[in-house]
Amino acid sequence: MKKYTYTEKKDTRSGFGAGLAELGRTNPNVVALCADLIGSLKMDKFIEENPNRFFQIGIAEANMIGIAAGLTIGGKIPFTGTFANFSTGRVYDQIRQSVAYSDKNVKICASHAGLTLGEDGATHQILEDIGLMKMLPGMTVINTCDYNQTEAATIAIAEFEGPVYLRFGRPVVPIYMPKHTETEHENKFVIGKAIQLTEGADVTIVATGHLVWEALQASEQLEELGISAEVLNMHTIKPLDAAAVLESVAKTGCIVTAEEHNFMGGLGESISGVLAKNNPIPQEFVAVNDSFGESGTPAQLMEKYGLNDKAIVAAVQKVIKRK
Amino acid sequence: MEIQKLNDLVSQTRRDILRMVHKVNSGHPGGSLGCTEFLVALYNEVMELKDGTFDMDGKNEDVFFLSNGHISPVFYSVLAHRDYFPVEELGTFRLLNSRLQGHPTTHEELPGVRIASGSLGQGLSVGIGTAQAKKLNNDSNLVYTLHGDGELQEGQNWEAIMYAAAKNVDNLIATIDFNGQQIDGSTDHVLNMGDLEAKFSAFGWDVLHVEKGNDLEAVIAGLKEAKSKTGKGKPVCILLHTVMGNGVDFMMHTHAWHGKAPNDEQLEIGLSQNPETVGDY
Repeated sequence: MKKYTYTEKKDTRSGFGAGLAELGRTNPNVVALCADLIGSLKMDKFIEENPNRFFQIGIAEANMIGIAAGLTIGGKIPFTGTFANFSTGRVYDQIRQSVAYSDKNVKICASHAGLTLGEDGATHQILEDIGLMKMLPGMTVINTCDYNQTEAATIAIAEFEGPVYLRFGRPVVPIYMPKHTETEHENKFVIGKAIQLTEGADVTIVATGHLVWEALQASEQLEELGISAEVLNMHTIKPLDAAAVLESVAKTGCIVTAEEHNFMGGLGESISGVLAKNNPIPQEFVAVNDSFGESGTPAQLMEKYGLNDKAIVAAVQKVIKRK
Repeated sequence: MEIQKLNDLVSQTRRDILRMVHKVNSGHPGGSLGCTEFLVALYNEVMELKDGTFDMDGKNEDVFFLSNGHISPVFYSVLAHRDYFPVEELGTFRLLNSRLQGHPTTHEELPGVRIASGSLGQGLSVGIGTAQAKKLNNDSNLVYTLHGDGELQEGQNWEAIMYAAAKNVDNLIATIDFNGQQIDGSTDHVLNMGDLEAKFSAFGWDVLHVEKGNDLEAVIAGLKEAKSKTGKGKPVCILLHTVMGNGVDFMMHTHAWHGKAPNDEQLEIGLSQNPETVGDY
C-alpha cells in the first residue's frame, strides 16, 4: 500500500492565505473582503500587496455577502473571509438570495470550521455548514485537507465561474498533497474530482478535510490487521464525484465516510444518496452524532467526538461485518 | 423627454400595474403605484443608460437595484417601456415559466435585472458593492437603489448605511420610498423608526427630502439635486415622500393594498382614473 509521510505541518488557513496572495499577483479581478478577522484568515499578504482590492467590512457579515454580490457586477471576483459559522449560518438568506439564486461569482472562504477550532467552544464550532451550503442550488462546496490542497483550491476557484463555498480550518496538520504548481501530479486538485490516495480491496474510506489524514493513518493500521482499505480524498462535496465512489465500492462492497461535520447534511449523507440509488451497500459514518461541540483542545475534541484514526478503524471493522 | 410624454408613461405604467396584478389576482399594487413617478423619471430622464443593450456588468452606465422587490410590477413595466424586453411580456407576470417572477430575479435572465430581491434589506449592500466596483474600474457612472421605508427595519441596512459613509461610497444614491405604510399598518404603528433624516445624517450620509414624491417634476428635480451631491465624499439618501396606491383613489393613504389585487370592478375604476396613453400590452 502507498504510504503518505510529511516533513512539515501547517494550518489549512495559511494555504488559503498563500493562494489568495498568489491570485493577487496573477488575477487583477480578484478582490478580497473580510469581517474583522484578517489575521485569522491569513489575508495579510494579499492586503499588503493589493490594498486597493481589499475591503474591510467590519463585524457585519450580512453586509459583506451583499457587497461581494455587488462587486461581481462590474466583473470582480470577490473572496469573502471569516469563520465558517459567520460565513454560513449567520448569513444564510443573504447567500441564498443575493449569491446563489442571483448566480453571483462569489467565493465564500471559511476558516475555523468544525471542532478543531478548539477552545472557543460550540458558539464558533459550526458542524452544519456543509449541509447548509450543499442544499443551495448551484453552490459548489469544497472542504480541503491540508495546506497545499487549500492553496490549490483557492487558486482553482478563481478560474471557476459560479458561487463556491471553500471550507478550511485552524489547526496545524501534516502537508502531504502536491503543490498547486505540480500540475502533472496524479493527485492534483480538480474541482469535483475525487483523489484516490490508496488502493484497496476490502473497504472504501471516503474522507474530507482534516479527516483525510486520519483516514490514511487508519488505513495503515488496518493493513496490519490484514484489511486493505481504499482511501478517497473527497475534497469537493458538491458536485460529488459519484463515479469515483461507485467504482471503488464495486470492488470493496462497503464504505466508511469521515468528516468533521454533523452526520446529517454532510458528505456521508450525500454518499448515502448515491449508494441508495445505485448500489446499496453497508455504510458507516465517522461524523458528529447530531450534537454541538464544546471547549477543549482539537485533539481532545476529535477523540471525544469520535473523529480520528481510531474511530475510522472501528467503523471499518463494523462495516466489514455487515457485508 | 418632454414632461407630457413622461406623464403619459406614468399613466400607462399605472394601467400596466393594475392589469398585471388583476390578471393573476396577486402581487403588490400599493407600493408599485406610489413609486411610479420615481421609476419613470429615473429610467427615462435621470439615469445614463446604454440604449438597446443589457449586460450584467453595467460598466460605463448607471445601474439601479430594486431592494424592495415586491414592487416588481412597476419595475417590470418601466423596464419594458424602456425596451429592455417586449411590453407584451408583461402579460406573463407571475405565470408559470415566465421571466417575470413574483419578485425580480436574474435566474430567468430577464434583461434589466441584476440581482434577485424580495427577501428585504439586501439591496443596499449590493448597491455598495457595485459602486465600489465602479470605483475600481474608474467608471464614473452612478449606482441607484430603492428601498421601502418599512424595509429599514431590517438590520442589514444599518450595517450598509454605516459602511457606505465610513468608506466614502459617494457614487451611490439610495432612495427610501417614504410612504409610512407597511403590511401590518403604518410604520409608526408597527415599529416607529423615529427621525430617519437624523439617523441617515448621524451615520454620515447627505440626506434630502423630496416632499412631492408623486409629482414628476419634483421627483426629477430631487434626483438631479441628489446627483449634484455625488462625488463629494458622502453617500446620498433621498427620502421620497410618496402616497401608497397613488393614482387610484380607493387605494391611496392605506396599507390595505400593499399586497392585494383589485377585482374586476375595482380594476375598471382604477383604469378609468389612468387613461391609456402609449398603449396597453
